[in-house]
Amino acid sequence: MKPMTMPRNEAGLAWQKFLKDRMAVTALWILGVFYAAALLADVLAPYSLRDESRAHTYCPPTGLHFFTPSGQWAGLHVRGVAMSYDIFRRRMYHETAAIYPVKFFSGGESYRLLGVVPFDRHFFTVDAPGRIYLLGADSRGRDIFSRIIHGARVSLTIGLLGVFISFGVGLLVGGIAGYCGGRTDQALMRVCEMVMMVPGFYLLLALRAAVPDSLDSLQVYAAIVIILSFIGWAGLARVIRGMCLSLKARDYVLAAKTMGLSDLAIIMRHILPHTISYSLAAVTLAVPGYILGESALSLIGLGIQDPYASWGNMLAEAMSIVRIQFAPWILWPAFFIGMTVLCFNLVGDALRDAWDPWLNGKGGGA
Amino acid sequence: MLKYIVKRILIAMALLVVMSAVTFMLMRLTPGNFLDTLRLDPQISKDTLAYYTRLYQLDAPAWQQYLHWLAGLFRGEWGYSFYYNVPVAQIIGPRLVNTFILSLAAFLVTWMAAIPLGIWAALNRGNGRDRALQCAAYAVISLPGFFVAMILLFMAAVTGCLPLGGIESPGAGELPFIARMIDMARHLVIPVTALSLGSIAVLQKLMRGNMLEVLGRQYIFAARARGIPEDRVIYVHALRNAINPMITLLGYEFASLLSGAALMEIITSWPGLGSMMLTAVRAKDIYLVMAGMMMGGVLFVAGNLMADIALAKADPRIKIG
Repeated sequence: MKPMTMPRNEAGLAWQKFLKDRMAVTALWILGVFYAAALLADVLAPYSLRDESRAHTYCPPTGLHFFTPSGQWAGLHVRGVAMSYDIFRRRMYHETAAIYPVKFFSGGESYRLLGVVPFDRHFFTVDAPGRIYLLGADSRGRDIFSRIIHGARVSLTIGLLGVFISFGVGLLVGGIAGYCGGRTDQALMRVCEMVMMVPGFYLLLALRAAVPDSLDSLQVYAAIVIILSFIGWAGLARVIRGMCLSLKARDYVLAAKTMGLSDLAIIMRHILPHTISYSLAAVTLAVPGYILGESALSLIGLGIQDPYASWGNMLAEAMSIVRIQFAPWILWPAFFIGMTVLCFNLVGDALRDAWDPWLNGKGGGA
Repeated sequence: MLKYIVKRILIAMALLVVMSAVTFMLMRLTPGNFLDTLRLDPQISKDTLAYYTRLYQLDAPAWQQYLHWLAGLFRGEWGYSFYYNVPVAQIIGPRLVNTFILSLAAFLVTWMAAIPLGIWAALNRGNGRDRALQCAAYAVISLPGFFVAMILLFMAAVTGCLPLGGIESPGAGELPFIARMIDMARHLVIPVTALSLGSIAVLQKLMRGNMLEVLGRQYIFAARARGIPEDRVIYVHALRNAINPMITLLGYEFASLLSGAALMEIITSWPGLGSMMLTAVRAKDIYLVMAGMMMGGVLFVAGNLMADIALAKADPRIKIG
């Protein structure tokens, strides 16, 4: 067994402790895979966002086969589907004898890789008129698997961006309020209270109402990020203020002051870095709120609009309950939302435990 | 104490005014107003439009319109809803009651489930039952509430055992009082379950933590050493101290339920403030939006204030003011 080297700094220690939490490490890996998939969405998804096939409305997931119905080896393939209506005029899909081999890294719809490089390879595709629906199709015959991967770009980044902005503002406001104290503190905290006093969902609706409908999808995306951060910063600011209040009473701050360091320098160099330990966990645990916020907004039709996908607006189809019975696969986005939220919670909790010096060696409690 | 409450209410009122001003300005920022929809309706005459324009001073600058609205508020005039074609006050009353019913029901269910669960988990600390509960709670926290509601609605649709949304069955108005209440309770099941599941999971965890912390204190050790029966130690000595931190959460939780209920109302078509806000926002029905925001804000502030007072009453060590 290799002797374990002890890291010198606090972060290293915390990281080592974090790695011991198997669940959290698994969660981190899952998140890594999700984000990588979102980054490479164009390659991984067999179809683009605009691709649709009205003949395949609510087509169930296509089965993957190796053998033809007569038992002959045919490589990995999907079969054609034909639609008919049953006596209740409901759509029924059944497989035909047509065979469409699954091709890996073959040419398909062209796109720009990472938004720049023109490219047309897809991880897997089948030749038209065959369709591959790993997770089924939605009302317009769009591939749910492809849309989940494309939608991950919106759903996963909105959380990170939103937290990033609100944390920045929260850190600044909380840091100033906590350090300056007195009137400044009072005034800033009143502002925070005001933001926190407004019921979040109502504020979300009112702010969204202020955004004109004529925006394009990127602008709507930006608007949602800003709205969510606007709601979220106050809570973080208050907590950071509390930490600053206790930190500024420490001796090393007094030492820095006697050495004539400016207030800003003290906040930036001596106070804020110490709040990081708390912040890292708080930020991770805040991300799910943003993801859920976006999905809720998109779910009720105020968020990302078609043809662009987000996990929330994909779920909007499941709002008419009957559809769930005939096409339960439209609920897949909810699985991914839940999974992402779960992973963020696991990682956040593990980070908090790892950073908390009081928890060392103890199971829990103060 | 009284002085403190008065001070808090005054601050809250000032904050509400600022909040309403911001909302008003935001609503006015977007191009177009509610008259645009009315203008498209050939049944509405030019005179009516001119009347509304004059009544709400729509040709005046936004701040003047806002002051006009605020002044009306003090006279008890909430403005007119252009979407529903009735005064806002007429819509907002029943909606407020409905939201209150839903939030209160979810609140009661949450606390009545979470506190005993937390105590139970703390007493079973570390064994299989506790672990199973904590795992389940973790999974539930990660489930989006709207998803729970959708699944429950779906299950209700398949089995037909519960009504699918709304607040009462058609024709419920003619039923006797008791039957009407039962009917409403059946409609409450789905939104309340979806709303409270997540909160139960969070709160039982907090309660468990508090309970464990208190049980580790020396006065519990002392109580046990003096031979006080274990039940009394747990339910009198430990519980009273463990529940204190929860009381702060009480009001906050209630307030956030009001906001959280909005989405659930929309999904289960519960005719409350939240679903009204969505309609109002979509229709740019500005006075209705304003009223919804104000109501939401008032309930939220009231919840927090009550939490502070309850805490002061429960814990004599805490001085407020």
